[in-house]
Amino acid sequence: MAKVSVKNVFKIYPGEKGGNVTAVKDVSLEIADREFVVLVGPSGCGKSTTLRMIAGLEEISQGDVYIGDKRVNDVAPKDRDIAMVFQNYALYPHMSVYDNLAFGLKLRKYPKAEIKKRVIDAASILGIEALLERKPKALSGGQRQRVAVGRAIVRQPKVFLFDEPLSNLDAKMRVQMRTEITKLHQRLQATMIYVTHDQVEAMTMGDRIVVMNNGVVQQNDTPLALYNAPVNLFVAGFLGSPPMNFITGTLKPEGDKIRFREIEGGTIDVAFPAADRPAAREFIGQNVILGIRPEDIEVATFSRKEGRAAATGFPAIVDIVEPMGAETSLYLQTGAHTLVCRSQGALDHREAGHRLQFEMTLAKAHLFDPVSTKRLS
Amino acid sequence: MSRRAPILAAEARLSLSRSARTALSYLALFVFTLFALYPISRIVTLALRPGDQLLSSSLALIPHGATLANFRTLIFETPFLRWLGNSTLIALAVTITGVALASTAGYALSRYRFLGRSTTLNGLLVTQMFPATMLLLPLYLILIKLSLINSYLGVVIIYTATALPFCIWQLKGYYDTIPLSLEEAAGIDGCTRWQSFYLIVLPLSAPAIVITALFSFMTAWNEYVVAALVLQDVEIFTLPVGLKMFQSNMSTQWGLYAAGALLVSIPVVILFLFLSRFLISGLSSGAVKG
Repeated sequence: MAKVSVKNVFKIYPGEKGGNVTAVKDVSLEIADREFVVLVGPSGCGKSTTLRMIAGLEEISQGDVYIGDKRVNDVAPKDRDIAMVFQNYALYPHMSVYDNLAFGLKLRKYPKAEIKKRVIDAASILGIEALLERKPKALSGGQRQRVAVGRAIVRQPKVFLFDEPLSNLDAKMRVQMRTEITKLHQRLQATMIYVTHDQVEAMTMGDRIVVMNNGVVQQNDTPLALYNAPVNLFVAGFLGSPPMNFITGTLKPEGDKIRFREIEGGTIDVAFPAADRPAAREFIGQNVILGIRPEDIEVATFSRKEGRAAATGFPAIVDIVEPMGAETSLYLQTGAHTLVCRSQGALDHREAGHRLQFEMTLAKAHLFDPVSTKRLS
Repeated sequence: MSRRAPILAAEARLSLSRSARTALSYLALFVFTLFALYPISRIVTLALRPGDQLLSSSLALIPHGATLANFRTLIFETPFLRWLGNSTLIALAVTITGVALASTAGYALSRYRFLGRSTTLNGLLVTQMFPATMLLLPLYLILIKLSLINSYLGVVIIYTATALPFCIWQLKGYYDTIPLSLEEAAGIDGCTRWQSFYLIVLPLSAPAIVITALFSFMTAWNEYVVAALVLQDVEIFTLPVGLKMFQSNMSTQWGLYAAGALLVSIPVVILFLFLSRFLISGLSSGAVKG
């Protein structure tokens, strides 16, 4: 097992017409021994390229990659002591499942008995003992993915790399394999780097999440820290489903409070204690973006005190009601913005078209600078 | 009942038209097969005819008084076996060299991006546009300079060079369909570039390799013009050149000629039958999703 360090790494491709395309810009990561780190971002954000540079499948244009304490920039993939699971499985079609699993060990000249033991062990961990004689084309998608994971396990490498391993599976299989990979991590206690574009996978699997966009690391933290304190609009909007609501408005001083008023046409008009938002002072009189997660908006209960309702409440027209059983998704019109609310109340379709009073948990709302897109602390 | 009737009628019409179509396609296939087989049947007849009936106008497949005398004469009284050996040697040498060079060149052109790559690919195509006869004189001159006239090596080089462009394109095209991630996985599993080529890519390319090998073999086996130009001693003739010896200005030994033609085609047919089981496509299905 080993830690992985990525230091100021760039990936620059020569462009079509002379210019260069920078796919990865100055990425630095420290991945501790036995840590499960997820690289997440939209397609084209550089996450797979970063992983492939760690694997040695892409040349590093600039910067250094260390596995353990060894600089591996010029080390061939086979000598990096890593294993990788590919999005398209990449099983050897002319070999049986057994031979697919044993291939890496045979190349490394392990004794036959040891190979057999490791293959059987891996197969039993993944529940594919019965498939060992089959060829990959006789397997279902989920089984193929298990074999691909098995091929990584048998080698007992220092680092496991996963490149969107679940994106070709159907939704149900994806959830199942997700928990299996998490269990595998707990069992093997190995360093794992996992690339996905699916924020649910990122949130549920990672000890730590690295959010990337346009080749740049946006934020690198634990799942909950990212969720609760996103550093910018991109991270705030990327994590969470349904995504965070963004409301444009202006800030005005009001005694020991700062009042946020939604832009023309909107109904949201709420006041923050000024002491909680020191950075907001500089934006008085300017446009800011208020971000609030759907679960932090709720239908106001009239039994609550008038005063509190007035400070955090706003009226809105309910466009669509989506009862999910445990909770209800409401799509609201404030006049200037459409918001999503995840209500704990049991509402149904009859509420659609009505004007209701809502309130938001202001302590959980974020303010963002619309120009730099950074969160105002 | 009345409602079912039109449906049944429609079904009947449908199956009628379907069987009519099948019948038609069988008819067409039959005609084409006849086209292909008729000349061969004449050769069989000619080869079996006794010497006094060569010019008979009978159409019987097995002629009256059929005899294997022509085969016997061919095998025991002419250098036929020697030529067979020469042809086999040359064709095998061309096949092995051709496959070895085309499989590696095709791989380089499929997997690596280097200066002159597309020029090379286009250049290979351009060589295919010249008629072979146009190249005879330059090739002849080159072989004289290299002292390779009247040698096996001379024809082997020319045949290999002629077959290579097609073989390289063929294999390059096939390699392009093998997902790169298989080689990446092999690289991570511990393969060198060469190992991932011969342990992963080459076995998966078996169908294309077989086609390439067949093509190279047939190019060498059937070729006449270059062989007639380069090979000058009867001892080192290939079969096509040797058979031509039975033809002369005054008289042609049609019986020997026909017997020879039949024997020449047998190895190719056997090779084809043997290799056809490798000609299954879709060998790489199941490797990756999609």
